[in-house]
Amino acid sequence: MSLTNYLVLASILFAIGATTVLLRRNAIVVFMGVELMLNAANLMLVTFARIHGDLSGQVMAFFVMVVAAAEVVIGLAIIVQIFRTRRSASVDDVNLLKS
Amino acid sequence: MTASTVVTVLHGVAAALTDAGRTSAGEAALFWLLAPIMVIAALGLLFARKAVYAAVGVVAVMISLAFLYVAQDAPFLGVVQVVVYTGAIMMLFLFVLMLVGVDASDSLTETLRGQRWIGIGFGIGLGALLVSVVVRATFPAAVGLEKANADSNPVGVARLVFGDFIFAFEVVGVLLVTAALGALVLTHRQRLVRRIGQKERADARVAAGGSLTPLPAPGVYARSNAMDVPALDPTGAPIESSVSRVLRIRGQEREFGVVAAQIEPPATGSDREVTP
Amino acid sequence: MTSSIATHLPAAVAMASAPASADGFLALAWLLVALPLAGSAILLLAGRRADPWGHWLGVFASAASFVVGLVMLIVVLGRGSGDRVVDLRLFRWLPAGHLNVDVGLRIDPLSLTFVLLVTFVGTLIHVYSVAYMEHDGDRRRFFAFLNLFVAAMLLLVLADSFLLLFVGWEGVGLVSYLLIGFWFQHTPNAVAAKKAFIANRIGDMGLLIALMIMFATYGAVDFSTVLGGAAGVSEGTLTAIGLMLLLAACGKSAQFPLQSWLGDAMAGPTPVSALIHAATMVTAGVYLVVRAGPIYEAAPTAQLVVVIVGAITLLFGAVIGCAKDDIKKALAASTMSQIGYMFLAAGLGPIGYAFAIFQLVTHGFFKAGLFLGAGSVMHGMDEQVDMRNFGGLHRYMRITWITFGLGWLAILGVPPFSGFWSKDKIIEAAFVGEGWRPWVFGSVALLGAGLTAFYMSRVFFMTFHGEKRWNDGHSATPDTTIARSAVQHPHESPRLMTWPMIVLAAGSVALGGLLSIGGAFTSWLEPVTGGVEEHVPVLPVWLLITLTLGLVVAGLWLAWRQYSQAPVPVVAPAGSVLTRAARKDLYQDGVNDGLLVQPGQYLTRSLVYGDRAVIDGAVGGLGRVMVRLGEATRRWQTGYVRSYAATMTIGVVALVAVVLATQI
Repeated sequence: MSLTNYLVLASILFAIGATTVLLRRNAIVVFMGVELMLNAANLMLVTFARIHGDLSGQVMAFFVMVVAAAEVVIGLAIIVQIFRTRRSASVDDVNLLKS
Repeated sequence: MTASTVVTVLHGVAAALTDAGRTSAGEAALFWLLAPIMVIAALGLLFARKAVYAAVGVVAVMISLAFLYVAQDAPFLGVVQVVVYTGAIMMLFLFVLMLVGVDASDSLTETLRGQRWIGIGFGIGLGALLVSVVVRATFPAAVGLEKANADSNPVGVARLVFGDFIFAFEVVGVLLVTAALGALVLTHRQRLVRRIGQKERADARVAAGGSLTPLPAPGVYARSNAMDVPALDPTGAPIESSVSRVLRIRGQEREFGVVAAQIEPPATGSDREVTP
Repeated sequence: MTSSIATHLPAAVAMASAPASADGFLALAWLLVALPLAGSAILLLAGRRADPWGHWLGVFASAASFVVGLVMLIVVLGRGSGDRVVDLRLFRWLPAGHLNVDVGLRIDPLSLTFVLLVTFVGTLIHVYSVAYMEHDGDRRRFFAFLNLFVAAMLLLVLADSFLLLFVGWEGVGLVSYLLIGFWFQHTPNAVAAKKAFIANRIGDMGLLIALMIMFATYGAVDFSTVLGGAAGVSEGTLTAIGLMLLLAACGKSAQFPLQSWLGDAMAGPTPVSALIHAATMVTAGVYLVVRAGPIYEAAPTAQLVVVIVGAITLLFGAVIGCAKDDIKKALAASTMSQIGYMFLAAGLGPIGYAFAIFQLVTHGFFKAGLFLGAGSVMHGMDEQVDMRNFGGLHRYMRITWITFGLGWLAILGVPPFSGFWSKDKIIEAAFVGEGWRPWVFGSVALLGAGLTAFYMSRVFFMTFHGEKRWNDGHSATPDTTIARSAVQHPHESPRLMTWPMIVLAAGSVALGGLLSIGGAFTSWLEPVTGGVEEHVPVLPVWLLITLTLGLVVAGLWLAWRQYSQAPVPVVAPAGSVLTRAARKDLYQDGVNDGLLVQPGQYLTRSLVYGDRAVIDGAVGGLGRVMVRLGEATRRWQTGYVRSYAATMTIGVVALVAVVLATQI
C-alpha cells in the first residue's frame, strides 16, 4: 500500500472535524472537532516526513501538539468562564456581535 | 512496560519501506485495521448526542493515531501523542465537561437556517476535494526515515528542534507560560463577598434553627439495609429525614411496608405487636 | 413701370456713415437724459419727505429737458441741411475684445423729432398728473416713474448704437411694467403689468438676436457701421436682421401677433396710458424700423413683412375698437390701429418713412389729447370706464367735450385738422407700386380709414351725446337699471387738467397743417430718411382723397345714426358673431394661451416631474439601493460562530476547487 493512504485518511478526518465545528452546538464538542482537525494535520505532516525522509515534518507536528495544548488550556478556560456567567455551553448563545 | 513493548512490536511490524516506496504488508494490515476504527470514532464525535460519548470517540482517534505514528517511524511523536494529547488535553476536556454539565445534550433541531445542509454539503465537499487533491498529486518515491533515524528517532528530532528550529522552540516555550498564566487569569474568581468560614456557617445554622446533629441514618433491617428505606422512630413511624432528600424528591424512596412484608412474625409470642 | 420708387440711398448712407462730431451746445445733449434721470433718482431716494414737493420736481425735470431739446432744435436748424447729423461720443463702455461699444448720442432730425415729441407731450402730461393723481398717496412714486420713463425713452431715441438703444428699450419696458401695475394692490393690475412685460420680452428676444447677428456679421453694433455697411452684406443675413428687428418692434408697439397686452395695459392710470401707450413708447417700434431703413431697403422680403404686419394690425385694431365698451380699451384699439398705419407706411420704403414719422407726431398729439379727455371724463364720472353708462355729457364737461371733439376730428382725418395731412399721404403712398401690392395695401388703408371713422365716432357719440344713461338724481327715467345705480355728478376737471388738454387740442388742429407747408417736415427728415422723388399712385390723388373722405363721412354718419339718434342699450346686447369675437380681442388671448402658455406650462410641469421623479428618484433611488444592499449584506452578520465557520468553509472549498480546476 502506498503512503498516500495515510494522506487520504488524514483528509477524511479533517473533513469530519470541520463538519463537527459547523454542526455541533456544544462549545466543548466544537473544540474537540478543532482538535481532530489538528490531529489530522499532524498525521499528514508525519507521513510527509516519511515520504521525504526529512524529520522536519515530525518536528512541525511536535510543535503543533504543543501549541494545541496551549490553545486548549486557554479555550477551555474561556468556556468555563462563559458558562459561569451565562449558564450555557451553547455556541449559539454568544451572538451579541450580530448586527 | 506494556507501552514500550507495544512500541517495539509495532516498530518491528511497520518499519522498512520497500524500494518502491510502498509499505510492508504488516503495516498495511495495521492501517486497514485502524483506519475504519478512526473514521467511525470520528463520526461518533460528529453524531453523538452526549458530549461525553463524543469525547470518548476523540480519545479513540487519538490513541489510534499514536499507533500510526509509531508505525510510521515516529515513536517519539507517538509517545508524545499519548502523553500530551490523550493524557493531558483530552483529560482536560473531560474535566471541563464535568464542570459544565455532563447532562448538557444537544437538541436535534438546528437553530440556524440552512446550517445543516451547508455543514453536510461542504463537509463532504471539503473531504472530497482534499482527497482528490491528495490522490492526484504525484509524490516522489517515499524514502523512509531509516537514514534520518540512524541515531534513533528522538535524537534525530532533538537535533532538529535544538538546531534548525531553536527559535520556534523558545517561542513555543513562552507561549506555554503565557497560556498557563492566561488560564489562571481567566478562571480567577473575584470574591464579591467575604469568605464564610466554618464557624460562621455553624452559627448561621444554629440561628436558622436547623438541627446541629447529623441526620438520622436510613433504616437497617434484617433483610434490607438500603438507603432508600426510612428508619423508624420509637413510636414506629418512619422518619422522613433519614432518607436522602434527593431520593425523596425523585420519588425513589421505598415504603417501610415493602420491607416489612418480608419479615416473618416472630415465632414466640411477645407483648409487643409488630405493626406494619 | 408706372411709378418710380427712387431713393437717395447713397446720400443717406454716406451721411449715416460719416457724421460730424458734436460741438457747441450740442455737446450738452447728455443733459436730455440726465435731467429726468436725476429727477427720478431724487424722488425715489428721498422717500416720503419728498411727498409735498416731489411732483413739481418731476414736472420741472421734464420741462428742463424740453427746454434743452428746444434749444438744440434751434441750433440744428441754424446749420445747413447737410450738416445736421451729429454724433456725440460720451465715454467708453464695453471694450470687450472684438466688440467695442462706446456710449454716445446721435443727434439728427429723426432723434430730435422724437426728443421734442416726448418732452413736450411728456411735460404736459406731467402737469396733468399733478391734478389727476392728487388724491393718491403714491403720487411721488408716480412722478419718479414718469421721469424715469422720459429718461429711458430719450436714451432710446438718442442712442448711437443698437446696444445703447436696447438699454433704453429695456428701460421703457421696465417703466411700463411699473406704471401699469402702479396700483398693484389690486391683483388684476399686477397681472396686466406682467402680461405686458412678457409680451415685450418676446419682442426683446428679437432685438437680442438681431444684435447677435449684427455682431456676427459686422463685428460692431453702432449705427454708422451697421447701416453704412448694409450694402456689403448678403440679403439673407439682412432679411434675418430685419425680421428680428420687426419682432422687437411688434412687441413694443403692440402689433400683430404681440398685440394682446395693450388692452390690458389700460389698467394703469390714465396719464400712463396717454404718455406711454399712445404717444411715445408704442411708437418706439416705428422709430426702430425707420432707423434701420437701410437694412430694410436691402432686404425687400423683410420690408414686405413689415407692410403686411402693419396692414393686418390696422384692420385688427379697427375691428376690435368697434366692439369695445370700455372707453380706454377702445382708445387702445385705436392706438393699435393707427400704429398699424405707421408700420404700413414704414414698410413701403423711403416713400413712406417721412409720412410714418409725420403720422407718429400728429398721432402723438391727438391720441394723448383723447386719452387725457377720457381721463377727464372718468374723473367726472367717478372713475367709471363703461361708455354705456355715459351719454349726454357735453352739457356738463364743455372743455373736455371740445378738446375731445377736436382730437376726434383729427384722428378721423377730416381736413384741415392734422390727421388729414399725415393719413392721406400714407394712403397715397400705399397705392404706389406695381402688381397686386398697391391695390391690396391701398384698399386696406382705405377700409381702415372708414372703420376708424366709425368706431371713433361711436366713442364720441356714446360718451358725449345721446340720452343720459346715468342717474343724475333728478329726472325720473324709465330704465330701472339706471335708476338703481349711484348718482353721478359730472363736472369739469380742474385747470391743471384742462390746460394740457387744450394745448394738445391746439396741436391736433394746427400742427399737421403747419408742418406740411412747403413739405417742411419731409425735407427736415431728409438727412435720415433719404429724399424722395415724385411718385404716382395707381389711382389719381384727387380720387383717393375723395374716396377717403367719403368713407370717413359714411362711417361718421353710421355712428351718429346708431349712437346719437338711436337709444343705446345700457346692458350690452348679445351682438353678432363678429361683435362677440371683437369683444374678446378676436380671441388672441385664447390663441396665445393655447399656443404658448399651455405648452410652456406643460413643459414646466414635465420638467418638474422629470426633476422630481427621474433625477431625485435616481439620487434617492441610489441611496435606497445602497440601504437595501446594506440590509441584505447585514444578514450575513448573524453573530453565530457556526455561520461564520460555514462561510469560511465555503470559501476554503471554493478556493481549493478553483486551484484544483486549474490544474486538471
